Amino acid sequence: MPLLFIQDLEVDFRLNGRWVRAVDGVSLAVEAGETVCIVGESGCGKSVTALSVARLLPEPPARIAGGRIDIEGRNVFELSSRDLRAVRGGVVSYVFQEPGAALNPVFRVGVQILETLRIHRPQRATQTEVVRLLAEVGLADPERRARNYPHELSGGMQQRVMIAMAIATEPKLLIADEPTTALDVTIQAQILDLLKDLKHRLGMAILLITHNLGLVGDIADRIVVMYAGQVIESGPAAELLRSPVHPYTRALIQSVPELGQTRDRLRAIPGTVPQPGAWPIGCRFAPRCPFVQPQCHLQAPPLTHSGTDPAHQVRCPVATA
Amino acid sequence: MPLLELQHLQVRFPLDGGFFSGPRRQVHAVDDVSIQLEAGEALGLVGESGCGKTTLGRALLRLIEPTGGTIRFDGEDITHLPASELRARRRQFQMIFQDPYGSLNPLLTIGQSLAEPLEIHGLGQAGPERQARITALLTSVGLHPDHADRYPHEFSGGQRQRIVIARALAVEPRLLVCDEPVSALDVSVQAQVVNLLQDLQRERGVALLFISHDLAVVEHLCQRIAVMYLGRIVESGPARELCRNPQHPYTAALLSAVPTLNPETRSNRIVLRGDPPSPIDPPTGCPFHPRCPVAQDRCRSERPALREIQPGRWTACWVQGE
Repeated sequence: MPLLFIQDLEVDFRLNGRWVRAVDGVSLAVEAGETVCIVGESGCGKSVTALSVARLLPEPPARIAGGRIDIEGRNVFELSSRDLRAVRGGVVSYVFQEPGAALNPVFRVGVQILETLRIHRPQRATQTEVVRLLAEVGLADPERRARNYPHELSGGMQQRVMIAMAIATEPKLLIADEPTTALDVTIQAQILDLLKDLKHRLGMAILLITHNLGLVGDIADRIVVMYAGQVIESGPAAELLRSPVHPYTRALIQSVPELGQTRDRLRAIPGTVPQPGAWPIGCRFAPRCPFVQPQCHLQAPPLTHSGTDPAHQVRCPVATA
Repeated sequence: MPLLELQHLQVRFPLDGGFFSGPRRQVHAVDDVSIQLEAGEALGLVGESGCGKTTLGRALLRLIEPTGGTIRFDGEDITHLPASELRARRRQFQMIFQDPYGSLNPLLTIGQSLAEPLEIHGLGQAGPERQARITALLTSVGLHPDHADRYPHEFSGGQRQRIVIARALAVEPRLLVCDEPVSALDVSVQAQVVNLLQDLQRERGVALLFISHDLAVVEHLCQRIAVMYLGRIVESGPARELCRNPQHPYTAALLSAVPTLNPETRSNRIVLRGDPPSPIDPPTGCPFHPRCPVAQDRCRSERPALREIQPGRWTACWVQGE
């Protein structure tokens, strides 16, 4: 049984008086101790999927329109608010993009970590534990850092504090939604190294949400590529990056310049990402796809196996034919 | 003669305090920066947030007043030019900002936004001639002439950034300062905007000062790169060479932190420890020494000057490039 199992998840948002679908039939699984990355651009539904796991979406304006999410075999859509709270603290933790916005500006960071411990691990809610956690996430001089207010810390340090708070409850699954996007590249590398290191030491699973394919090669065991509310390709990280199949995944990889490359022009993807509510019928990437066939505009393609690896799935009958 | 020449440019901001709390402290946002940009050249300015790259970009257009040094544009010293005269010169240098959502007036149609610079600089006759110019501008950035009647909210981020570029081009500038122009865009449309800027530079001969933290994009687009750390240039040189064979340890670390799909590059990564120091209290000696993997005693006490180690390649490091 996977630690996290999402099946046919559908999420809608109320927008100008009508329901607009944001996540359309997403299925994915995360095994214990595994790192899965959801890659996609803005509006593809990756963050909404991640927030649905612990039912963190405000309902309304959101509504779960279908599907199920099981954590350790229990469907979170059927849990009482008390059980849900136990899941949020005990099994799943989150780290978000803006550490500055996620920390309370008027409390010292040590106090904020202590509060998390008091709620979810009351027997370990001590100053010693707070300092140990801050040291665990690689902050130098953790005793002093515990007494700092968020504004006294840099963005990278704030994100380390957020990670300390997230691992304080010893979660089995850490969901990190664009955890390095707001940080400089040098700090981004530090935070990724920290996540990898914690994963090995604490044996937790990570669900990393990012728009940056370059990051995932470093950390992912498996990759899920999303476009316009759907999974369009998923598979083992090495295989997917080495031989991507879906035209969108391929275009995404090729559109990003690599250092030392001598390509004269970048291969841009024409057009723009379709917004929820304006998804094309048929294949949603068809209007931007260089390999488009007439039937792509008419029929919504299903996810099918590609090649020899049964774990590699692609939503494109043209590329897999 | 270079199109743009900065000599010992300095921008200091006063901090709060003073009077009761002793002498007023200052932030050295840009500290003794000298760079040249030839007509039609693309120069990349890279560094982490807080290194002063944005302040430098704004100061050279005098959107922020420099506190020292000189700015020469096309041979003319514009450092102290009064505002009235500066306005006429501004036609020659335009700026594009990171956030395409904040830089278009939501109440004006795209056509009105594009007409504004033409009116201000008195370019073209009002009426059909200006309309024709606007149509040509929209076409040149890959948009449809009908888009002139629409409002900014009807466009995606990538399209807005093209509109902003079209507006900057309206006055036919010779220099375009681009401050992180693709960072706010979706990955799949970033390449469109980078290609557009490349065309402008090559086909129209517009010089670019491309400010970014993304070294891969900068290497792709620019002929030369200058690396900034804590308000100073620590290395500069031809783009390819600088990326292939960095001389300053900071450049090497920045390069190795760039996310990559290539597993071989990944395994030799240098991960810098610590955060960039504060420009309010810069470290003594070389400002990079607290994070530097090869720092020596001399680096802690003496600040290395920028020196030319090979023709066109400059570095400020005691250890490397000896």
